[in-house]
Amino acid sequence: MNGWQTLLYKEVLRFWKVGFQTVAAPVLTAILYLLIFGHLLEDHVKVYDTISYTAFLVPGLVMMSVLQNAFANSSSSLIQSKIMGSLVFLLLTPLSHWSWFFAYVGSSVVRGLAVGLGVLAATAWFTTLSVQAPLWILVFALAGASFLGALGLIAGLWAEKFDQLAAFQNFVIMPMTFLSGVFYSIKSLPPFWQGVSHLNPFFYMIDGFRYGFFGASDTSPWISLVVVGTALAIASAVAVHLLRIGYKIRS
Amino acid sequence: MGCAALQRLPGRESGRRGAPCALPLATPALAHGNASHALEPAAKITGSMPAISFQSVSKSYPPPRNSASNALLALDGVSLDIEEGEFFGLLGPNGAGKTTMISILAGLTRATRGTVSVLGSDVHRDYAQARRKLGVVPQELVFDPFFSVRETLRIQSGYFGVRKNDAWIDELLSSLGLADKAESNMRQLSGGMKRRMLVAQALVHKPPVIVLDEPTAGVDVELRQTLWHFIAKLNKLGHTVLLTTHYLEEAEALCGRIAMLKSGRVVALDRTSELLKAASSNVLRFKLDAELPKALAEKARVTGRIVQFPAHDALEIEHYLAAVREAGLHAEDVEIRKADLEDVFLDVMTQHRDSVAGVAA
Repeated sequence: MNGWQTLLYKEVLRFWKVGFQTVAAPVLTAILYLLIFGHLLEDHVKVYDTISYTAFLVPGLVMMSVLQNAFANSSSSLIQSKIMGSLVFLLLTPLSHWSWFFAYVGSSVVRGLAVGLGVLAATAWFTTLSVQAPLWILVFALAGASFLGALGLIAGLWAEKFDQLAAFQNFVIMPMTFLSGVFYSIKSLPPFWQGVSHLNPFFYMIDGFRYGFFGASDTSPWISLVVVGTALAIASAVAVHLLRIGYKIRS
Repeated sequence: MGCAALQRLPGRESGRRGAPCALPLATPALAHGNASHALEPAAKITGSMPAISFQSVSKSYPPPRNSASNALLALDGVSLDIEEGEFFGLLGPNGAGKTTMISILAGLTRATRGTVSVLGSDVHRDYAQARRKLGVVPQELVFDPFFSVRETLRIQSGYFGVRKNDAWIDELLSSLGLADKAESNMRQLSGGMKRRMLVAQALVHKPPVIVLDEPTAGVDVELRQTLWHFIAKLNKLGHTVLLTTHYLEEAEALCGRIAMLKSGRVVALDRTSELLKAASSNVLRFKLDAELPKALAEKARVTGRIVQFPAHDALEIEHYLAAVREAGLHAEDVEIRKADLEDVFLDVMTQHRDSVAGVAA
């Protein structure tokens, strides 16, 4: 293993060692959402003509778990090692800013996908899913997890205390994921809120991901791909720049 | 690393130039553990390049937000060359700029002006090369709580692209008295063990230049001995060592050359022996139960009951003793000793008493 691969391995090992908290717990949370909302709304909400609400809900929950955990991985690892002081061991190495970027984002993708697969496997008990376009599923899962991994990297560099990171997570990431159409099709919203939803990059990630399962979505997967790709490119550029100048880690 | 590298070693080791290659590393056994696969010498990279070079380095920190105070000048035009194979001491009171110098060297902080290089590699432009040549033991007692001792060292090796490093890791662990802790989690180690792990982590990639920022703070006497034995051994094998410490006896015993830093400037730089020679040659020391008269107290160093006067000759000593008697005081346990590095240090710091009042020793 060379330098960045070692860092990737270390970051994966880090969350795996506390797997109950980092993988099992989010899977359980997603199942609880499915049980409660699925039970309550199964007979009341019809999204697409042929799809049951529970089936509609599953891809959204999977993607939401992927995104939230990808963000949590890079951001919490960075802030922990910043506060513990153990980031110094990394700062002393010859690793370049690109190595940091690929290792932190890569481990976020691994954690996001691990949780996402866990949710998918667990929800298979409750409903059967069709898979219309597996490539779209993979593309949106990877791009979405990378985007959130890069955002987590930015937030982890910026935050100086756990409190600030929690604020970013609860006041930015959480609302954007919940208001992205995980639990509903945005077609059911009044026109104004439909417009607002179209400004939320999370909507395109969920919508594109869902297209891979049902072959139907609120907007074209190509448009979603362009939006998600642009968001990923911007977040990556910012993250790499901050790492290059040593933002808040090298004075 | 073969015989070629060994033959280019400076100092003591160069005497082995003609020795057969089969026994290149016949060095004395370590304090702990058996040196079955002995330490490797540091390869000397060039003949004339300094191991560490500071050229007119300044560092200022911006003032805190909403504060009227000026920027803090932590380093003020420091120039310093440390040659390969040296055991170099950097001394100074708290806040003098020692840690700032080491942080710039290690790439943790950027100099505002000036250049710093490690064996010819600029720490900013050629940061990857510079950091490969450098092993830094940080001052803060930090660790990553997720991993075991061995995992930590394997990961640290990996960052430097060093694979299959277990033989060296085992040797580091046994040299530092940590062999039986290899599989323990970092959280389970005592403070002294964590401190030694910092040393092990700094050395996983066998850097030719080793920097120790107060490595013996909070380490008990026996472990300090182990540590110094090991570092001195690495130095004999050709590694350059830069040390900051508050224990002046350690600096006096170990360092061939010393720089003293005060308020971001180098105020003394010489061979340890020359520094000792230049100081007042003797110190009069006694114990006293009462307080000294003010006129005398100004010239003395008082630590609890112990009173010390720097003195150049017998006349001066007689003068002090007479003054104590005249004040009606009774000096106990009177002795006269040679000045040591602590006396030199206090001397230098008093001469430069312009901005920092307190002197830490």
